[in-house]
Amino acid sequence: MPPVPDPTPGGDDAAFRRGLLRGMLLQRRFEERCAEAYALGKIGGFCHLYIGQEAVSTGIMSCLRPDDYVITTYRDHGQALARGMTARTVMAELFGRADGCARGKGGSMHLFDRSLGFLGGHGIVGGHIPIATGVGFAVKYRGSDQVCVCFMGEAAVNNGAFHEALNMAGLWKLPVVYVIENNRYGMGTAIERAAAINDIYERGAAYNVPRAVVDGQDVFAVREATLEALGRARTDHLPTLLEVRTYRFMGHSMSDAVSGTYRSKAELDEHLKRDPIALLRAALHEAGELTDADVQAMDAELKAEVQDAWDFADASPEPPLEALFEDVLVDTTSDGRAA
Amino acid sequence: MAILTYRDALNAALREEMQRDDRVFLMGEEVGVYQGAYKVSKGLLQEFGEMRVVDTPITELGFAGVGVGAAMVGLRPVIEFMTWNFALLALDQVVNAAAKMLYMSGGQFPMPMVFRGPNGAALQLGAQHSQAWEGWLTHIPGLKVVAPGTPADAKGLLKAAIRDDNPVIVLEGEMLYNMKGEVPDGDHVVPLGRAEVKREGTDVSIITWGKMVNVALQAAGQLAQQDVRAEVLDLRTLRPMDTAAVLETVAKTNRAVVLEEGWEVCGFGAQVADVIQREAFDHLDAPVLRVHQADVPMPYAKNLEKAAKPDAAKCVAAARRVLYLDR
Repeated sequence: MPPVPDPTPGGDDAAFRRGLLRGMLLQRRFEERCAEAYALGKIGGFCHLYIGQEAVSTGIMSCLRPDDYVITTYRDHGQALARGMTARTVMAELFGRADGCARGKGGSMHLFDRSLGFLGGHGIVGGHIPIATGVGFAVKYRGSDQVCVCFMGEAAVNNGAFHEALNMAGLWKLPVVYVIENNRYGMGTAIERAAAINDIYERGAAYNVPRAVVDGQDVFAVREATLEALGRARTDHLPTLLEVRTYRFMGHSMSDAVSGTYRSKAELDEHLKRDPIALLRAALHEAGELTDADVQAMDAELKAEVQDAWDFADASPEPPLEALFEDVLVDTTSDGRAA
Repeated sequence: MAILTYRDALNAALREEMQRDDRVFLMGEEVGVYQGAYKVSKGLLQEFGEMRVVDTPITELGFAGVGVGAAMVGLRPVIEFMTWNFALLALDQVVNAAAKMLYMSGGQFPMPMVFRGPNGAALQLGAQHSQAWEGWLTHIPGLKVVAPGTPADAKGLLKAAIRDDNPVIVLEGEMLYNMKGEVPDGDHVVPLGRAEVKREGTDVSIITWGKMVNVALQAAGQLAQQDVRAEVLDLRTLRPMDTAAVLETVAKTNRAVVLEEGWEVCGFGAQVADVIQREAFDHLDAPVLRVHQADVPMPYAKNLEKAAKPDAAKCVAAARRVLYLDR
């Protein structure tokens, strides 16, 4: 589905708000089917689900311009959909087929779409953060007012690459919004066991970077914080370190238990009470903008959309064997001629 | 034709390419205000300004990644590592990002960028400042690797590297920067992937690159006095290697010595030797011998360092062995 249109600051439009719910619910239904596909062997390798964090992706993407940039981690399905990649192209990539967004060459962790400024899908924790700083550098080099949004987990902030990247962003004043999706666990390690300081946004002080923390299960709060950061980036060319507190309802990946190992079922159940989709649904219901029937109809459409994506992916051929050797190098030079 | 130092040849290449294409910028430690740690970027900050000649903090991983990001969205970065020894810290960006981005994105993100800096040993710099990195870097599909050994090739290959739409590794040398040589006037570009015979011969092929080209030429001069006519083939580009040129010289002389400044095990010379034995076995009249550094971290003491390094005498000895003049 296309990105939510017209990012109205404050979102005063009921249709716009329903669009937010739709975007979040699409991600939820998509990820649920991914779990099923993985169990059936249609998706291989690593598969990291975004369930529980949908307000973060939808909230942030709903504020961006088409010419902004997004770069993220391997937990990228939700963000890809929220940015406007189709369920078909993402599912086909997960199934390793030729019609996938990376022609089956990337897989779950490496979703890319140049036309949407979606710069991947990266597998090395922290590795993409300096890349985001570089995108911000390029924006400033060109004198543009685009912004780069860089998603990361809270465990990445202990990595050297984070430190180097943030220092340069603060030093050179670059238009990058660094979004920490703090879901409290870096794989199996709780933040208290990994980070000397747990209020992660405070690290921005080390780099002279403006910072904030926000409830990531509240899509309106996420939007408000994002719009502020975007304004700062476009007008003042200043970065922001935005800590978004959220929770993942599934394990780290499909190989990881949902609960009972490093986090208790009781803790998970507590967090399930703040399901971002349920919260938004309740808010819209209370405001009289949405009925149960509306939600059922929306859900049925989205389930059909995901089923269509599944069928599309299943029907898409595997990449041809020649594709093995394609796209290692390009044979062009800056003159536009062949090398 | 002008006589330029290798340093000034690189400087000219950078200047000309930055004048030609305003997407090209230089980034690294001390490249701007300091005029370059080895003065390769002298005068560039004054001409192009601080947005195009960017001094960085000491953060190789960070600024290599900055280059990757800039290249992803259409700029053409030249990332300077003060020496390739420090680039070890940045290899996640060079290998996992720059080299692999085009492939894993299904062809969406070409990476038009250059990573350059001095490679290998200088004089008594010690173990951590003396390593030759071509063995590690040529291993990676998605990278191109060049090692100019003369001022003309330095200018020509750097210009070609900057214009290439792929990530290109340029391996220079502290010991090469002062070297003088003839450099053609005008827009001198040396195509990637083409070796060059630097000295013709008939009796044995010495195949080499970078700093060792000069050593090979010295060895060839000594061999000539021993009535041995050695051909020196300068690979210039390591990846993609000019296999045709390698096979042509071996077909001509039937004997090969591969001379490199790095270590033996899995050094790039091993790849050259494998290509020769695989594709030119029937042309060989002797095994392929390799000349390389002793299998030790580089020592500081002058005499030990000299003993560790390959030199003309060791190259001559290897040539005489493949000719069965000596055992």
